Amino acid sequence: MSNDFLQMHLKAVMSCLVIFLYKVHTTKAGQFFSSGHTNNWAVLVCTSRFWFNYRHVANTLSVYRSVKRLGIPDSHIVLMLADDMACNYRNPRPATVFSHKNMELNVYGDDVEVDYRGYEVTVENFLRVLTGRLPPSTPRSKRLLSDDRSNILIYLTGHGGNGFLKFQDSEEISNMELADAFEQMWQKRRYNELLFIIDTCQGASMYERFYSPNLMALASSQVGEDSLSHQPDLAIGVHLMDKYTFYLLEFLEEVHPASQANMNDLFKVCPQSQCVSTPGHRTDLFQRDPGSVLITDFFGSVRKVEITKDTINLTSPVEPPIQRSGSGDIQIESLTYVDQLPVAEIIHQKPKQKDWHPPDGFILGLWTLILLVFFQTYGIKHLKHIF
Amino acid sequence: SATFTPAPAPAPARDQFQEELVIRPLHSGDIYASFQFRTLWDTDFLQERQKKVSHYRLFPKSLGQVLSKFSVRELHISFTQGFWRTMQWGQPFIPSPPGAELWVWFHHTVSDVDGNWKELTNVLSGIFCASLNFIDMTNTVQPSASFKPLGLGNATDHRFLRYATLPREIVCTENLTPWKKLLPCGSKAGLAVLMKSEKLFHSSFHSQAVHIRPICQDEQCTSKAWELRQTLNVVFDHYTSGQGKKEWSLFKMFSRTLTEACPLASSSKVYVDITDNPELFELSPATHLLSRAVVLGDRRTYSVYDLTRAETFGQLRSFNLLLRWKGDNMLRPLLHAERYVAGFGLQTGEIHTVIYNNHPYRAFPVLLMDSVPWYLQLYVHTLTVTSKSRDNKPSYIHYQPAKDRHRPHLLEMLIQLPPHSMTEVTVQFERALLKWTEYTPDPNHGFYVGSSVVSALVPSMVAMSTNFTQDQPLFSSFVPVKEESSYFVRVYTEPLLVNLPTPDFSMPYNVICLTCTVVAVGYGSFYNLLTRTFQVDEPSPPLAKRLANFIRRIRGVPLLA
Repeated sequence: MSNDFLQMHLKAVMSCLVIFLYKVHTTKAGQFFSSGHTNNWAVLVCTSRFWFNYRHVANTLSVYRSVKRLGIPDSHIVLMLADDMACNYRNPRPATVFSHKNMELNVYGDDVEVDYRGYEVTVENFLRVLTGRLPPSTPRSKRLLSDDRSNILIYLTGHGGNGFLKFQDSEEISNMELADAFEQMWQKRRYNELLFIIDTCQGASMYERFYSPNLMALASSQVGEDSLSHQPDLAIGVHLMDKYTFYLLEFLEEVHPASQANMNDLFKVCPQSQCVSTPGHRTDLFQRDPGSVLITDFFGSVRKVEITKDTINLTSPVEPPIQRSGSGDIQIESLTYVDQLPVAEIIHQKPKQKDWHPPDGFILGLWTLILLVFFQTYGIKHLKHIF
Repeated sequence: SATFTPAPAPAPARDQFQEELVIRPLHSGDIYASFQFRTLWDTDFLQERQKKVSHYRLFPKSLGQVLSKFSVRELHISFTQGFWRTMQWGQPFIPSPPGAELWVWFHHTVSDVDGNWKELTNVLSGIFCASLNFIDMTNTVQPSASFKPLGLGNATDHRFLRYATLPREIVCTENLTPWKKLLPCGSKAGLAVLMKSEKLFHSSFHSQAVHIRPICQDEQCTSKAWELRQTLNVVFDHYTSGQGKKEWSLFKMFSRTLTEACPLASSSKVYVDITDNPELFELSPATHLLSRAVVLGDRRTYSVYDLTRAETFGQLRSFNLLLRWKGDNMLRPLLHAERYVAGFGLQTGEIHTVIYNNHPYRAFPVLLMDSVPWYLQLYVHTLTVTSKSRDNKPSYIHYQPAKDRHRPHLLEMLIQLPPHSMTEVTVQFERALLKWTEYTPDPNHGFYVGSSVVSALVPSMVAMSTNFTQDQPLFSSFVPVKEESSYFVRVYTEPLLVNLPTPDFSMPYNVICLTCTVVAVGYGSFYNLLTRTFQVDEPSPPLAKRLANFIRRIRGVPLLA
């Protein structure tokens, strides 16, 4: 009987082990395919203008730098900077934006492409980029061409308050508007999953109103708290970064394209001892468990490679036929350059033939008045003398 | 049996690429470096019988598609940071105004020029990462006599020309990055390796431009070729700003040295202006190759370094040029212009444009083009042109008044400048009050007015050559020369920064708060007093009393109070 018991016990242990191994295998494989996205996009916005808001531009550029380093190409990043700090006349080191004091790290780099700059960064343009309702002549680099399999990272920084974010000191976006924009994106299937990070004062108020699925949000401070800036540089004269993004950058510098760090590590970035404010996050609208979401699902663009063993035949290039011999006989006379300042021609220039426009309302009214007065004075019987 | 011979494959359109760098030491101790990259392509985008061009080699595809889609005959776009100081630095090889400037000649087959212009500015804003989409009808003009095409062609109907300038536009690394990507070798080989943004933008003048035009393919000029010129002009002022000695090297200027020419370039040369040598400076490594060219009316001598030859790089495989200064020299340009705003207060003002003719005995005509935004309302009856304190009547005036929120002012005048004189053009204006939504987020900075353009044929001391050769250095072949005795030059004045009457933007909030308080407290209380009636209300009695009253009612006994 003890033998039977032992055998049964052994079988139980074996089956448990098998199930355990199977589970581990599926989670690893499951993890690889569970993200469900095929491309990554990033929308990075700095909403502040003026030189003393240098730190907001540095915040945005440090996230841009990390996102580019981890693999998202410039064509998939929409970078919006409300003011130019790098080539600002107050900058003692032109074409640089530093994030660490003593000018250790230049986050502007040599290869930056800003899509919306200066006065173009408005609430309207930001919402149009998110929802995709842009005028037809907008170039590709200014569009967010995401589809239903895109993971989008949205990063906002600037000055904000309870329920709003200030754009360029002249307009605001409210948390309801942002939530509605995300809902529009969901209805049009413009994202698969969306990570929203905001670094402003009372940032948590901005994600309170979200109601669309598959959204995860992080903020640098709770309602009623201010986000603080990190450290000034005495040579440049302004604060270089905000505390939350500074520690976020330090965290992201450790991440490489193959790293397995997940969202729970991101939630632990900048605890209250370092940040003074309490960072918050919101995951109730997100379907997957944050512990299984990799950082590179949003910050990197890990492309899945398909290996094929078939050979592919490339077609030979098509040469366009040039009919030069046919046209050469017609054009015998040589072409000339135009005179740059033909004085005689300019002086005797005939006035331009303007396009005919129907007479303006004022002229018509004036003529009507004149005719009315004439016929009033002289009576209608004089009409036959005219016609 | 017949033999079948396949037709010979047609030769693809030939294209070639040349690059050069010209270094001109300025007499003030600064250094002027001018890069020019030229791609020449024997094809015609606009020829109707030819199939669409689809094979691009050296010519960048993004620009080629723009040219064919919008039927562009000529395109000139420049981004400049800083102002070119003509009095101290002489004339530049390629002039440009501060900010962004775009002028385009469209093909005569285009039916809707304005629509094409609007789309073209949007597409270019995406290509160059600049906010060129702010170019619209309120800052576009059609000059009637200035900006004749620099390329081939005979029809010059100015209905197909559009000119716009954005004086506020900033140039930074994000504009340099896509500009460098248009080069065949990118920034990896050739002269473009010297373009490091941290050094290029730490200068007193930086201008990058793209010029596309059709030119003669050969000396007989029977067919056209497309020329794309990318130019970058920069003036380093480390000496005058007190940061260095009067000693220059390529490494000091660009923090790089040259290691090889671009493999796709047919010619790659560095020219150093040594006309004022040997008294002015000392050049090393020495070279025996010299080139003489007549440029901007002056015969200059240049030392030439050919980067396609391996011996230029020496044993270290790196080419670093060194200049050591010895003396000073003065240079007086013949034509020079400046502009400023006079007056006080926020209602009226006066624009003064001053043009100097420094030629000792020759008078020549200049064409002045002014494009003023509609919110500075010009009073043309106050326009005066005086030379040597006497009235100078222009021989041609073209004035197109502004239409509020639609069109800017355009004023073009052909003025004869007497020799050795100063001509002053003044016009009064009134500042408009904009609608509160039309102000920029930082209205107290002011509003910019674009530079005036002065185009002139300046008499030249030295005869210019009108022959067109393929081996001409690029810096002397930008403007086509039609006659020997004068050269064409374009001078840009400073842009203006004017303050418009700015409202206090915090006032709407204050007014709303005050009004709501007054309404709520004052009117609200008054309304309540008038319309509210008061009634006496008995409070409901406690439970014990209610029970007692109930029992009393049953008994028929009078109730409690």
